[in-house]
Amino acid sequence: MKLKTILMGAAAVLAASQAFAASGRGADGQLNLIYWQAPSILNPYLSSGTKDLEASSITIEPLARFNPKGEMVPEIAAEIPTLKNGGISKDLKTITWHLKPGLKWSDGSAVTSADVVFTGQYCMDPQGGCAQLSHFQGVDKIEAVDPLTVKISFKAPQPDPYGPFVSYESPILQKKQFANCMGAKAPTCTSANFGPIGTGPFVVTSFKPNDVIEYKANPNYRDPNKPAFATVNFKGGGDAAAAARAVFQTGEYDYGWNLQLSPDVLKGMTGPGAKGHVVTAFGSLVERLEMNLTDASPSLPEGQRSTAAHPNPILSDKRVREALSMAIDRSLIVQVGYGSAGKPTCNLVPAPEAYASDNTACLKQDIPGAKKLLDEAGWKVGPDGIREKDGKKLVLTYQTSTNGVRQDTQSLIKQWWKEIGVDAQLKNVNGSVFFGGDPGSPDTFQKFYTDVEEYANNFSGTDPQTYMSMYTCDKAPRPATQWQGENINRYCNKHYDELVAELGKTAVPAKREALVKEMNDMLTKDSYTIIPIVWRGNNSGVANSIGGEAINPWDSELWNIQDWYRKK
Amino acid sequence: MTDATLQPVQDLAPPRSQWRDVWDQFRTHKGALTGLGVFVFMTLFVLVGPLIWRIGPDYINPNVLVMIKSRNLGSSFAHPLGTDQLGRDELARMMSGGQISIAVGFTAMALSIFLGTLVGVLAGYFKSLDGPLMRLTDLFLALPLLPLLLVMMMLFAPMISHAMGVAAGTFLLIVSAIGVTSWMQCARIVRGEVLALKEREFVLAAKSVGTPPFRMILRHILPNVMSPVMVAATLGIANAIITESALSFLGLGFPPDFPTWGRLLFDGVDLMQEHPGLVVWPGIAISLTVLSVNYIGDGLRDALDPRIRGR
Amino acid sequence: MLNYTIRRLIISIPVLLLISLIIFLLLNLAPGDPLANQPLTIPPEVRQKMKEALGLGAPLYVRYLLWLKQFFWVEPLHAFDWCFGTHFSVGMQRILSWQFRSPVFDVIVQRMPQTLTVVGMSYVIGVLIAVPIGIVSAYRQYSWFDQIGTFISMIGYSVPTFFTGVLLIVVFSVDLGWFPSIYNTNLKVVDWQTFLLQVRQMAMPVFVLALYNAAQISRFMRSSMLDNLQQDYVRTARAKGMGERTVLLTHVLRNSLIPVVTVIALGVPTIFGGAIITEQVFKVNGLGQLLITAIYASDVPMVQTLTFIFAVLIVVFNLVADILYGVLDPRIRYD
Repeated sequence: MKLKTILMGAAAVLAASQAFAASGRGADGQLNLIYWQAPSILNPYLSSGTKDLEASSITIEPLARFNPKGEMVPEIAAEIPTLKNGGISKDLKTITWHLKPGLKWSDGSAVTSADVVFTGQYCMDPQGGCAQLSHFQGVDKIEAVDPLTVKISFKAPQPDPYGPFVSYESPILQKKQFANCMGAKAPTCTSANFGPIGTGPFVVTSFKPNDVIEYKANPNYRDPNKPAFATVNFKGGGDAAAAARAVFQTGEYDYGWNLQLSPDVLKGMTGPGAKGHVVTAFGSLVERLEMNLTDASPSLPEGQRSTAAHPNPILSDKRVREALSMAIDRSLIVQVGYGSAGKPTCNLVPAPEAYASDNTACLKQDIPGAKKLLDEAGWKVGPDGIREKDGKKLVLTYQTSTNGVRQDTQSLIKQWWKEIGVDAQLKNVNGSVFFGGDPGSPDTFQKFYTDVEEYANNFSGTDPQTYMSMYTCDKAPRPATQWQGENINRYCNKHYDELVAELGKTAVPAKREALVKEMNDMLTKDSYTIIPIVWRGNNSGVANSIGGEAINPWDSELWNIQDWYRKK
Repeated sequence: MTDATLQPVQDLAPPRSQWRDVWDQFRTHKGALTGLGVFVFMTLFVLVGPLIWRIGPDYINPNVLVMIKSRNLGSSFAHPLGTDQLGRDELARMMSGGQISIAVGFTAMALSIFLGTLVGVLAGYFKSLDGPLMRLTDLFLALPLLPLLLVMMMLFAPMISHAMGVAAGTFLLIVSAIGVTSWMQCARIVRGEVLALKEREFVLAAKSVGTPPFRMILRHILPNVMSPVMVAATLGIANAIITESALSFLGLGFPPDFPTWGRLLFDGVDLMQEHPGLVVWPGIAISLTVLSVNYIGDGLRDALDPRIRGR
Repeated sequence: MLNYTIRRLIISIPVLLLISLIIFLLLNLAPGDPLANQPLTIPPEVRQKMKEALGLGAPLYVRYLLWLKQFFWVEPLHAFDWCFGTHFSVGMQRILSWQFRSPVFDVIVQRMPQTLTVVGMSYVIGVLIAVPIGIVSAYRQYSWFDQIGTFISMIGYSVPTFFTGVLLIVVFSVDLGWFPSIYNTNLKVVDWQTFLLQVRQMAMPVFVLALYNAAQISRFMRSSMLDNLQQDYVRTARAKGMGERTVLLTHVLRNSLIPVVTVIALGVPTIFGGAIITEQVFKVNGLGQLLITAIYASDVPMVQTLTFIFAVLIVVFNLVADILYGVLDPRIRYD
């Protein structure tokens, strides 16, 4: 034991010496978190990724956030406004939030509606480059009705008005601290961006960007008995394997985030005698194959390639797309590349449960069925085993971002497609170019200059409305839109567009769910425009000595850190 | 051996070529000789090996059940070095990876030596070019090379691999990046040698019969700067192999489906506890190759130095 | 000497400007998107606005001149203010990192201590090991000590540090549990116990780097000693009846150290930038790791500033090495 204590670092020594302390605020000493993708800023509105949001989520809080089931729970707000309790107006154009009375910032001053209004203005400032601007889309104005009431008005009826100030992506900043940081001045407020004052259970004591953050318990936190830990040591940097080793094997850390490791590695580390275990959160992230419905052939002139003017000579036939899907053994891909962090799926919207369609037909691999479909479609096996039709070979280009698991998936799928007589030419593009959205680059996922591409996408929060409306005809990337737009398949279906419009007007949950399911089925099993492969979860590692932790796919994984404690 | 050393005593013996002398001296350097043996072995391993060991480096068993069972195996008769996470044969991957690694080493060395000799000869021979070219060399020497290499790989890899295909593009980029950042030492050495040669009588003689500069350099100067260039070349191979594997190790070299030694090592790091072989074999291959090349360089330096060769 | 130094300093200015231009063009002409790490859920319009907020709208030469001004004028002013409590730089825009949205130099200063302790320590240890090894190897040339020394130094610079580093972690951190696998930058040495912790967490990276440094320097030391041992003055000294120890340690060593000292000076810049891989392997969040993460995140201002600082260090220490050579060796005169 003694040797171990020394090994665990100065921090852990502190924790061990208080091991017998009673429960209550700060009773459990230090909590050690390791995020191998290190946070670089603690202001979510200027952040460059989820890692920063996670780190800021334990100091600053939104009005309400999501629990692991995807339900909203109030944080700064006293209750969730709904149509029923009158918080949302009948015309769906305003939402009124009431704050918890008596709430204090960690510096002791009172939280008022002015802070909420300020946060809205801060993000909506056109010069600020706010990363969470999408949460404020459609907002007309935000006003303080009285010190504890905020009214948000939208320009048009908003069936899902929980965008602004809900979830860890859109927390409340203190007006006093950020008042001089509006617009273009936002990046100059280093001390505020590195240590925002909040209402959450912990307060930042030191921040070294991309390295370590130290927190201490917030003396003004609303529950006097929480949090159980006195300090948090939030270490960043390294790689996923090192973080996993530090949690499962050496026990240097209590929680490791986003351990994207191959299943074999994780299995090896969490065998008998491991000091921690894996927890997995399944959100809405789906790894999928996107079918290009337009012709990506390089022989077409620039500006016409991959546009609606030229339909894809091979993939326009639904039977071909279906056969491609049937040939894939999704559970094997999960087993090889994802392990506990993946489940085979046929759905574009796999969660929340209420929105998930009961679409499971694709889960079983069916090579003979796929061959038959291709035969029916007129593609006959040629002398080299590759199918042909009218002298054209069934050859597809298949690209994805450069990433070990994706290249493994590519190799497997190529092998299966070869069996049904389809030749795939693999290509991988560096992630920063693939997802970079540079209209000058031919390799972005939006431009889609190949037949098939693989990547993963999800929607923020729990409501898929924006996600589903990505596939309307007018959202197709094309020269006229500077190649921007989310409908990368160039899918265009009038009925689908009508459903999207209807979803925008419907507020009744049951009806919304039915609409989303119908649209999900249209894109997947009815047309095979999108071939979902794996429903991806996020693996994290928790030390066995930590209790109260509840992994959350819809919000920060540290959403209930005030309830965490060290098991005795 | 003994015969050879006795021969020069006899007046009638045919004149010995310089390279014969060099080889004799080289042979006395045990480390260099071992190094040469190891290097020849490694080269044969990657070039001839695949002709004997016929499993493809990218072969995945199409039968799902077999493939699942053949993942991450230890060493066995069927797979002497085991298999990776997709059941691909590690020995075959080591061979094809070595081909790329050694090819990068040779090509980058050739480029760097070419540039270095060119700059060195021009600067040493033409007085007017000396100043600018040496300033250029100093400028390159002042560049922080590893950071710049990383930046170049990160920024240009996508563009080049789009234009020329992933394999050819990355290869070309790595080779030219290493070549362009490592010619300076060679240039300095060659310039020094050329400056000294210019004062020698045979050069004066050649000049006085009106030999044009181009032929002068090709016929008289270049053959005489060969020795230091050869030493620089061997060390250049070692340097290029290490740099390539370091880039691959940082994830900025060849993409995952091109198994160079550095890349194999990088991919194996996560699994190193369960399957240490995935890390150890590529690591040993890199180390052995570089070690042997360095020893060869050491031996060559001794052998090519006439002051030492006499002793 | 002074004249020479001043002349060299003046020459370095255009060299550094040219280097800064090369680095700037390399970084700014290449494709790559600083916002590529943002989640896909961010709509394109928002992305565009964020790009403009990063200052990507301005033309190339404006950005270059701005950066030059910031590096050579605003940052030194700021450092001056910070040292003397003045307020010259108030309101001036400093170089801001794209990932942190904070001044690049603040982060660099923050990273300095761990890089200096780990890499600097390994350099010092490497030199301290290398010099005696070089002396003995040369004095007893081709002895077993020399052979083994040669072999070890060959291994030292042939085996890549990422391989030795990874092996050390598996053996000493995972299997034996002697050393921590992750470097704690917040550890402050206040007493004996924290000192031990600091030694433990430094042990592996320092060992790997020291081996590498010692390998190179000992080779230089050896050949420099060998050159001097053949000189006439050594024979004279011996002929005068001087003790072997005096000959070796006062006469030969002094003269042999001259080129070695300059080599050591030339190696100093690598302390700051060269240990990128070792820092990455041992999770020492120092300057090298900062550079790597900045490259991955396409944080152009950070990469640009760091690489340029490395270039400045190289130029400065080249100059230092030349001057040292002149000071130590009276035969060398710069005119």
